[in-house]
Amino acid sequence: MDIIARVLNGDHQSYSILVERYQNFVFTITLRYVKTREDAEEVSQDVFVKAYRSLADFKGTAKFSTWLYTITTTTCITFLRKKKLEVHSLDNERVFEVADNVDSGMRANQVEQKSKVNMVNEAIKMLGPDDAQIITLFYKAEQTLEEIAVILGKEPNAVKVQLHRARARLKDKMEKHFSEEVKDIY
Amino acid sequence: MKFMMNTNLLNTPAGDEGMETRLWEYIDGFSTSEEKSLIEKLIAENAEWRAKYHELLEVHQSLNLVELEEPSLRFTKNVMEQIAKYQIAPATKTYINSKIIWGIGIFFLTMIVGFLIYGMGQIDWTAAGDSKSTLGVDFSKVDYSQMFNSNLMNGVMMLNVVLGLVLLDRYLSNKNKRLKDA
Repeated sequence: MDIIARVLNGDHQSYSILVERYQNFVFTITLRYVKTREDAEEVSQDVFVKAYRSLADFKGTAKFSTWLYTITTTTCITFLRKKKLEVHSLDNERVFEVADNVDSGMRANQVEQKSKVNMVNEAIKMLGPDDAQIITLFYKAEQTLEEIAVILGKEPNAVKVQLHRARARLKDKMEKHFSEEVKDIY
Repeated sequence: MKFMMNTNLLNTPAGDEGMETRLWEYIDGFSTSEEKSLIEKLIAENAEWRAKYHELLEVHQSLNLVELEEPSLRFTKNVMEQIAKYQIAPATKTYINSKIIWGIGIFFLTMIVGFLIYGMGQIDWTAAGDSKSTLGVDFSKVDYSQMFNSNLMNGVMMLNVVLGLVLLDRYLSNKNKRLKDA
């Protein structure tokens, strides 16, 4: 809140502290929606510019990160709509089909060298944007179910169910695509 | 990694979904103390629950290890260059004046009450018993031609116009003030 107050009082350079602190979180969440790093970087920058311009509206009733991730989610959805990619509206089966094709291409030369962390990361990328985002918000962005509910505009119970399902799907992905590699590593 | 190896558990029937849900709640720390004790007992005594618990715990721990993606090194600099072109917008609260909202509310309420009073004033209550209307009101006796041609209605309409002009004046002066501040 101190940094925000400083920015609001005209110390614009202090905003770089917030950007440094949250850029990885915002960039990771954006990458759950947008598949190229270039687009993710463009959208993430847009998120921080929007947040800066609306900073006076942040009242501190929720965590700054929760407020920022809400902007991230809406910006990503707007970006996808503009680009007419319709990734968001794809059902999970189609997302899995696309992911399966991507995976078959990379398996041969890359997967063997992957660490456990990279495998989980790859499995997350195979999930639909909604599943990937909820997992990222819960595990990496330190958001509670209630805060995720605010970000996604859903009820906390619905978020809990979605999180369970997202993890179940992630587990399926890991079992389907990486079981052999895990045997080699461990 | 057990979640990869245990083939019996990979083909879990639909009925096991409840087991998974309860175990996830236990792992996430959302279980009640009563439920927590029960799950702990099941994990200790039941091999199927124990295996599933270790399987889910493995996924949970793996997810905690996942690292965040990093944007390019120039990211912060790019953002700071972009925001230099903009100013922080005034808080929504300052340009949506609550008095204006109240004014609009009063405007419509006055209109509704005015119409109701006038409508009620036009009803011949003594004739209500003779009416064939199911509501007990003979609407044919209401003089609609007087609706917009009476002092009361003219007064209400005039009040509404004055209120509307006051609101418009406030809106324009606020807008002017904001432009001057900017």
